[in-house]
Amino acid sequence: MGINLKELSKQEDFFTSGHRACAGCGPAIALRQALLVAGKDTVVSFSTGCMEVVSTIFPYTAWKVPYIHSLFENSAATMSGVEAAYNALKRKGKIKKDINLIAFGGDGGTYDIGLQALSGAMERGHNMLYICYDNQAYMNTGIQRSGATPYGASTTTSPSGKVIPGKTRRRKDLTEIMAAHNIPYAAQASISDWRDYMTKVEKARSIKGPKFIVVFAPCQLGWYYKKEDTIKIADMAVKSRFWPLYEVENGVHKITKDPKKVIPVEDWLKLQGRFRHLFKGENKKIIEEIQREVDMRWERLKKLEEAGL
Amino acid sequence: MAKKKEGWKELPIGAIIVEPGSSRKFKTGDWREGKKPVVDKDKCTNCLFCWISCPDSAIIVKDGEMKGFNLDYCKGCGICFTQCPVNAIEMVDEEKE
Repeated sequence: MGINLKELSKQEDFFTSGHRACAGCGPAIALRQALLVAGKDTVVSFSTGCMEVVSTIFPYTAWKVPYIHSLFENSAATMSGVEAAYNALKRKGKIKKDINLIAFGGDGGTYDIGLQALSGAMERGHNMLYICYDNQAYMNTGIQRSGATPYGASTTTSPSGKVIPGKTRRRKDLTEIMAAHNIPYAAQASISDWRDYMTKVEKARSIKGPKFIVVFAPCQLGWYYKKEDTIKIADMAVKSRFWPLYEVENGVHKITKDPKKVIPVEDWLKLQGRFRHLFKGENKKIIEEIQREVDMRWERLKKLEEAGL
Repeated sequence: MAKKKEGWKELPIGAIIVEPGSSRKFKTGDWREGKKPVVDKDKCTNCLFCWISCPDSAIIVKDGEMKGFNLDYCKGCGICFTQCPVNAIEMVDEEKE
């Protein structure tokens, strides 16, 4: 099924207004778009994070689907249990309809804290979709670095200054980590390309077994850019090839968007305050390093696709 | 607030929230910092890019047609303004119409 906005707009939002995310929140867009595709027969589990906190402040909830939050690290494990219960009830004939099971987590709750719970759930083969919204740091607690924070970014626990030029380590490549679990579907998406993202959610929904999507969702508060630029920043990350859009279906890589006009990573870095220090003095060589790495990763991806791997 | 808050005896077990989408009772429109979006319907093509890009579901759409903004929830981020391909949306000062 193609994504048709006019059709989608006729149904209600299952992640609705009144949540307390910042103005111009990227992750909130990611949730809304995913739920628009998933529809009302969905059960959601959430790990602790920005979106968990802002959407369920007692006695309010922004969710119109059943929602369960347990801990920071166990969104995937919680959903494993929900899946087992659902299977049992279905076997007994107490539930008839098919239900989408979606586990959400932020990058902190997925790349770092929830990684083993996620890895376990994927390996056990539960029929669920895990969506990680990636805003590249622990934003909820005040912009601490995470395994998703890119090289050179300044955060409160990797502050740029005389000692270090922002984060000194590379970010993890989570999509490849998940693809290495030999699951039927792993994909990388961005809120800027909603059609691509929603098609991936739709596709994941149609596949039985464990599925994984990581969606790029900029954070205006932690990345220090103007709040209206959230989607522009996401778009530039795709166009600069910093965040390639691709999927790995049964071990085969496929690039879903090959940007026609490629922009230098520098242009993307320039708009964000977290990289401001890179444009001063000898830090400039870090920009070259970032560009080199982006090019290398893209080459690798391209070769994998060409080789049909 | 004069109303006494509920104690543990009145709250649902586990403090679960039983009303779906109850956050709509919490209006976030007063978060706007002086700017609100307005649409020029003569230019608008109803592509709904604003609607799909809004973090707060504050774009009103009826029968596939963009009808304006729900200012009860719009936080004034301006994403719709940047996403409109025909520049039909503008951010204006709240006082002026």
